[in-house]
Amino acid sequence: MSENKIEFSPELVVFIDEWRDKPGNLIMVLHKVQSEFGYVSREAADEVSKQLDIPFAKIWGVLTFYHFFKLTKPGDYNIQVCMGTACYLKGGDAIVDEIGNLLNLEVGGITDDGKFSLEAVRCIGCCGLAPVMTIGGEVFGKVTKNQIPGILKKFA
Amino acid sequence: MAFRNYILVCGGTGCESSRADDIYKNLIAECEAQGVKDEVQIVKTGCFGFCEQGPIVKILPEDSFYVQVKPEDAKELISEHIIKGREVTRLLYNKDKSHKHAQVEEIEFYQKQFRIVLRNCGFIDPEKIDEYIARDGYSALEKVLFDMTPDEIIGELKTSGLRGRGGAGFPTWMKWNFTKMAENDQKFVVCNADEGDPGAYMDRSTLEGDPHTVLEAMTICGKAIGANQGYIYIRAEYPLAIHRLEVAMEQAREYGLLGKDILGSGFDFDIEIRLGAGAFVCGEETALLQSIEGFRGMPQPRPPFPAVKGLWQKPTCINNVETWANIPVIINKGGAWFQKIGTADSHGTKVFALTGKIKNSGLVEVPMGTTLREIVFDVGGGIANGKEFKAVQTGGPSGGVITKENLDTPIDFGGLQKIGSMMGSGGMIVMDEDDCIVDVAKFYLNFTVDESCGKCAPCRIGGRSLLNILEKITNGKGTQRDIDNIHSIGLAMRKGSLCALGQTAPNPILSSLKYFPEEYKAHIEEKRCPAGKCKKLISYSINVDKCIGCTACARKCPVGAISGERKQAHIIDQAACIKCGACLVACKFGAVEVH
Repeated sequence: MSENKIEFSPELVVFIDEWRDKPGNLIMVLHKVQSEFGYVSREAADEVSKQLDIPFAKIWGVLTFYHFFKLTKPGDYNIQVCMGTACYLKGGDAIVDEIGNLLNLEVGGITDDGKFSLEAVRCIGCCGLAPVMTIGGEVFGKVTKNQIPGILKKFA
Repeated sequence: MAFRNYILVCGGTGCESSRADDIYKNLIAECEAQGVKDEVQIVKTGCFGFCEQGPIVKILPEDSFYVQVKPEDAKELISEHIIKGREVTRLLYNKDKSHKHAQVEEIEFYQKQFRIVLRNCGFIDPEKIDEYIARDGYSALEKVLFDMTPDEIIGELKTSGLRGRGGAGFPTWMKWNFTKMAENDQKFVVCNADEGDPGAYMDRSTLEGDPHTVLEAMTICGKAIGANQGYIYIRAEYPLAIHRLEVAMEQAREYGLLGKDILGSGFDFDIEIRLGAGAFVCGEETALLQSIEGFRGMPQPRPPFPAVKGLWQKPTCINNVETWANIPVIINKGGAWFQKIGTADSHGTKVFALTGKIKNSGLVEVPMGTTLREIVFDVGGGIANGKEFKAVQTGGPSGGVITKENLDTPIDFGGLQKIGSMMGSGGMIVMDEDDCIVDVAKFYLNFTVDESCGKCAPCRIGGRSLLNILEKITNGKGTQRDIDNIHSIGLAMRKGSLCALGQTAPNPILSSLKYFPEEYKAHIEEKRCPAGKCKKLISYSINVDKCIGCTACARKCPVGAISGERKQAHIIDQAACIKCGACLVACKFGAVEVH
């Protein structure tokens, strides 16, 4: 177990209280933790374990099973490139390569200044706009390689 | 009409990402500025389905269909259309036609469509319960609460012939009946909104455009099977759909349509949202229940089926979003009405997310029995950029490819199975001549391997082995023995896997091998990728007769592999080339060739 303490916001504490006695609360609580911190750190998982009286191993098992949960801190702007089928056929992989080249990033990595992180995600449900990418929640559709420097500049 | 004009702005995720929200706000501001705000009502609706042309704005009563609208167009739409009564021709979809108005019914994209599930999408404001009620919303619930017994409700479903729209096509009435017959003090109703098929977004659009229909249907089911609690399991990746469901649930509770003593009938039913967390396998019902219970989403052996022992070991009725959306209509119009639509084997309609290399990608709802040719070429407008049609994949990572020869197959559950694919949840991906069939099979397999929960060996090990073989083949190292191995591993996975994910994972590879053996052969025997997609098997070169020495390719090459003087033919250093294809895109003279 880790020594580092982590502080949950009052809002999060209230949420956990509300859900404490509901069966199947773990995933909902982890979602809330991730929306507060942007990821679920080991310390945060440890705290959830204490609060809900669920073994840490079980929590870690759930966290590592689901793709949505992040275990490391994402960049200030998290770039998600859709790799659903429609986007893949329309060149989603070239978009990933291009962003990787421009920012010197691997998929799953984060820039040295902590500004951008890059993720290849499964379908985000905008297949009509393929290929699609999102930065910090903003969606960009029908992206071409040439547009990427301009898009990134908006967030620089 | 209380208002002179109604302006409908698409508020689906696709259009919102193309700034539909700004269009909506600008239209309101312009109405105010130009003094017509009391005469015009502006509504943000759900998805119109024609995502290719978004953002979409429709103005009633003229039924003018404006496409690819930009926020700055708001001023002109108000000053021209609303005030002067002249359509803004440049934004109309059918601008070349001689008709005065571009009627929606005249757009090919909508002609063969028939909307039951999407009946309200694009017509109502999904965040206003009154608009749902105005279009017969909650009248089916009223009918079952006061005029129908549980057996009559299930009987109506039986007459309708409705089969589950999540993929397997199990008769819905049987599911309901099994859950009803199971004796227990507590039962549950669950909506599966964990739309995991990459390339499909039917459920998302339904929930975003018409959330109340799912709430109403689940409540009807609660009454029929004797349950008082429902859960909607929805992907966390769909924030807009979650938001609209929350708004809808709150409004339904205010109106006494959800919660205690619904409409004074004495029947209690409430619904809670549970979030998924990005696991494809959770679309499988037993895995989904595990996930609601807060565990890793691992499938469980069946039987016992959820109808007997489901959520927290209680009898549970699970249906997918599209199935739910059919229920209120069946209750209102009768099972016999629904039964007449479609084919002998499948009744009603099916919603497909038509995407890939198609001209009009979007959401289409067609009667069962429509042929693929009609969907791809009439509704979808054919292949984009004048390319040649190659295949359609239905059923996503669990389905198979359908080739030109089978384009006239009527689409229903049995018909698709016969040609080696499946209905699936509704993804329909169109491929053209530039797509390598081996590469696409590899894409799907990569997906299922990644999403396998790892519980049973045939899926965990078999999937990985198949993927290794495909990697070998696309790297030019395949042998004939690999093809034999694909068949035997595929068979083992089909027979031995615990859940549908593993059982169907070999489908894309087996069906593509069946319909495109020559393409596998080219990769294996000639070490050649006919579509020019597999990087290890292609090379780029410059045709000296066509190259004018503009240097465009050399400037674009990320590794400096292209050399040549200005106005002289250039050459590619094959050892340095990383085969990214940037030169091919950069060349305006067709001098870069792929081999």
